[in-house]
Amino acid sequence: MQAALQKIKTIDLQQSIIYVGFLGIFLFFALTLHDDGFLTSRNLTNIVLQTAPATIMAVGLVFALSAGEIDLSFGSVVAVSALAAAVAMQTGPMFLGVLAGLGAGVAIGAFNGFLVAYLRLPSFLVTLATMGLFAGIARSMTDLRSIPVINDSFTGIFGSGSLLGVPSLVFWTLGAVIIGHVLYRNTKFGAHVLAVGDNPRAAQVSGIKAPRVRLMVMTLCGATAGLAGLLYAGRLQAAKYTLGETDLMTVIAAVIVGGTALKGGKGSIIGALLGSLLMGMLNNGLILMGLDVSDQMIVRGLIILIAVAVSLRDTSR
Amino acid sequence: MNGTTPVLSLKNIHKAFGGVVAIQDFSLDLKAGEIVALVGDNGAGKSTLIKIISGVHKPTSGEIRLDGEETAFSDASSARERGIEVVYQDLALAVEQPVYMNMFLGRELTKKPFGLLDKVSMRKECQELVDELDVRIPSASSTIRDLSGGQRQGIAIARSAHWASKLILLDEPTAALGVAETAKVEELVASLKKKNLAILIISDSLDQVFRLSDRICVLRRGQQIGVRKTSETDKNEIVSMITGVDS
Repeated sequence: MQAALQKIKTIDLQQSIIYVGFLGIFLFFALTLHDDGFLTSRNLTNIVLQTAPATIMAVGLVFALSAGEIDLSFGSVVAVSALAAAVAMQTGPMFLGVLAGLGAGVAIGAFNGFLVAYLRLPSFLVTLATMGLFAGIARSMTDLRSIPVINDSFTGIFGSGSLLGVPSLVFWTLGAVIIGHVLYRNTKFGAHVLAVGDNPRAAQVSGIKAPRVRLMVMTLCGATAGLAGLLYAGRLQAAKYTLGETDLMTVIAAVIVGGTALKGGKGSIIGALLGSLLMGMLNNGLILMGLDVSDQMIVRGLIILIAVAVSLRDTSR
Repeated sequence: MNGTTPVLSLKNIHKAFGGVVAIQDFSLDLKAGEIVALVGDNGAGKSTLIKIISGVHKPTSGEIRLDGEETAFSDASSARERGIEVVYQDLALAVEQPVYMNMFLGRELTKKPFGLLDKVSMRKECQELVDELDVRIPSASSTIRDLSGGQRQGIAIARSAHWASKLILLDEPTAALGVAETAKVEELVASLKKKNLAILIISDSLDQVFRLSDRICVLRRGQQIGVRKTSETDKNEIVSMITGVDS
C-alpha cells in the first residue's frame, strides 16, 4: 500500500502531461470531427503513416537532447539522404540506395558529432550551420530537380508496401520506437547518455567517456534522419530538396511535448512517439476542420506554443 | 590484510605546477580503519593532495604505495580500480536520475544474454547498502532532485563506501549542510571505520575534525607542518600550526 502511494507520488507530471494532452485532443477531434471522418480507420492509419519519418527522427532527438545536445540539421539531412538514395538507385540496385541514404545520414551525423564532441563547439551552432550547409548541398545535388524512385522493392519496403495487412511504415515506426526505448531505458549507453546530459562532471568522474557519448548521439540523430529520408523517398516515390524542410519544428515540438527536457538528463521515447502522433493529429484535424493553410499554420503554432509551455512549466524548480 | 602495512603510504611527495610549488615534501601513512583529517588554510594544498592520491594529478616526485606496493596512477579511473574513491564537494550526482542509477554510475550492472541493465539487482543492492549505512531516503528509486542536501551527501558517501576497497577521500563533506544533517553525515563517516577502510577527510570545521578524526595532519602553503594524534592535541595547537602564529 505504502509502496503504491510512493509510486503515485513519484509520477512525473511533466512526463505524464503528454498522455492527458494526447487523449484530450484525440477526444476533441473525435467529437467535433466525427462527421468529417476523423475516426475512420483509414484516416487514423493515415496519421500514423504521415508521422512515421517525424517519429523516427524524434527518437534520435530524444537521445541528443538527453545528452544535453541538440540537432537542428536533421531536416537538411532528410533531403540529402533521400536524394542520395534516389540518385544511387537510378542506376544501382536497392541495396546501393539504402546504403547511400543511410550512409549520408550517418556521415553527416558523425560530422556534427565530431565537431561537438571533440572540438567542443556548441551543438546548437554546429547544427544550425550544417542545416544551412546541407540544405545548400541538397539543392545543388540535382539542380533543384526532383528525382523519381522507380525501384519497386524499395518503394514497397520503405513506402507503400505492407506485410500481413500492416503497412511497412508502421513496422519502421514501431521498430524505431521499441529499439529506441530499450536502448534508452535498458542499456549502459542510455544510462550514460542521461548521465552526461544531467551532470557532465559527475559522468566524467564516474569514468563515463562524455565525448564518445556526444559523438554517438549526434551520429544517431543523423542515422534516424537518414532513415526518415528513405521513408519519404519510398512513400512519395521521388526525392526532392524540399523533403524534411518543415520537420524541424514538428519534431522538436513532439519531443518536448513528449516530456524530454531541453537541458538534458531526462526524456521519454514513448512520450516522443505520442508527441509526434499528437502533431500529426493536429495537422489532420485542422485540415478536416476546413482551415486554409495560413490559418492551419497559425493555429498549429499557437497550440505547439501552449503545449510546450505546459510541458516545460515546472522544470525551473 | 597485514595489520602493520599502511593502506596508503605517501613518501616525500612533491608537486609543482610550472614554477609554482603546490606540495613540498609530504609524507603520510594511512592505516585501515583510521580517519585522518587534513587541515589548512585556503590554498594550503589540501585539494591538490587529494587530486594526487586520486590519480587526477601526478606528483612531480615522491612515492605512493598502496598496501606496500609502489603505485603510479595514470588517471582517476585507475585509482578507482585500485579501490580509492573520492566524495567530491559538489557530490557528482546526476540529479534527474534515481538513487540506484547514481550508485552504479559508470559501473552499471548488466545481465546476460543481451547486456541489458539489471535494474532489479541494482535497486536491491542499493537499498541494502542505504539500509546498512542508515541513509534515510524514501527508496532506492527516489530521484536525487527530490532529496535533501544531507540525503544527497549520504548517497555520495554510501556510493564511495560501496566501491572503495581501501581508501575514501572526503573533500569538505558537510560544507553545505545544516547542523542536524552534518551530525548525520558525521555518523555515517564514523561508521565507515567499521568497514576497515582508511579515510582521509578535508574539513574547515575544527570541531568536526576533533569529533571524527584519529589523527590530524596540518598543511600550510604546501608544507607539511606536522601530524598529531587527535587525542593528544587541542584546538589551540592545531590553529597555531595552521596559521603559523604561536598562541
